[in-house]
Amino acid sequence: MESYLFYIVGTIAVLAAVYLIFERNPVFCALYLIQTMVCIAVLYILLEAQFIAAVQMIVYAGAIMVLFLFVIMLLNVKGDEESKRSFPFRKIPAILMGIGLLTVICIVLKSKLLQGKQGVYTVAHIESIGNTQLIGNLLFTDYLLPFEVTSILLFVAAIGAIMLAKRKL
Amino acid sequence: MITITHYLVLSAILFTLGAVGVLIRRNAIVIFMCIELMLNAVNISFVAFAHHLHSMQGQMFVFFTMTVAAAEAAVGLAIIVAVFRNKETVNIDDMNIMKW
Repeated sequence: MESYLFYIVGTIAVLAAVYLIFERNPVFCALYLIQTMVCIAVLYILLEAQFIAAVQMIVYAGAIMVLFLFVIMLLNVKGDEESKRSFPFRKIPAILMGIGLLTVICIVLKSKLLQGKQGVYTVAHIESIGNTQLIGNLLFTDYLLPFEVTSILLFVAAIGAIMLAKRKL
Repeated sequence: MITITHYLVLSAILFTLGAVGVLIRRNAIVIFMCIELMLNAVNISFVAFAHHLHSMQGQMFVFFTMTVAAAEAAVGLAIIVAVFRNKETVNIDDMNIMKW
């Protein structure tokens, strides 16, 4: 059952990503990306990361993609129009490079480098505490400094966005 | 039976599609979306490794990656809006004022 779900969701995610890079209309591109992100959220649930799945839906598929759609509609951009300066045959080298990149990653995956020390957070342990509670505990103990730095980062990003989008730069 | 390798291969495919998208598209907003796709692909491998190694570090990293991606989206889209206001285009081939 789980493996069927993985294959179905994985196929939808890859197909939506392929449509994303070949679709001409930016609004449809954004919708395909939302579809990929929802599929990825399902994969997180299969990997027992329920909190991350919820955050993926709320932050990525919700907030970030709404921001993208908002900017697309604000700027009223058309699809890719070829400019005079465009490099003419860029698709074929790009796809060849993609195949090369995929080959290299698969060679690395086939090597035996991907072993590590097993941690203490087994599935049973996580389920006895609760995924969200565990993340919350870690966030305010082991990861307190990164958490605070992230809050400063978000603050600076908000100020930067306001500054950049001002009428007089 | 689904192993970690399945998730890593899926992650690699999505990452490659994102990279190819960055190279073949000319619209700055769509290129930005492809970068988000690459970030998401890496997040899958983080969570897959966390599940495989019985660790929480992968999930914590995904959490921080998401906040960085949110900040990046806000600033990046603001830059695109500012560029569009000056040049009336989002085609990256026309954004060449830093090139000789």
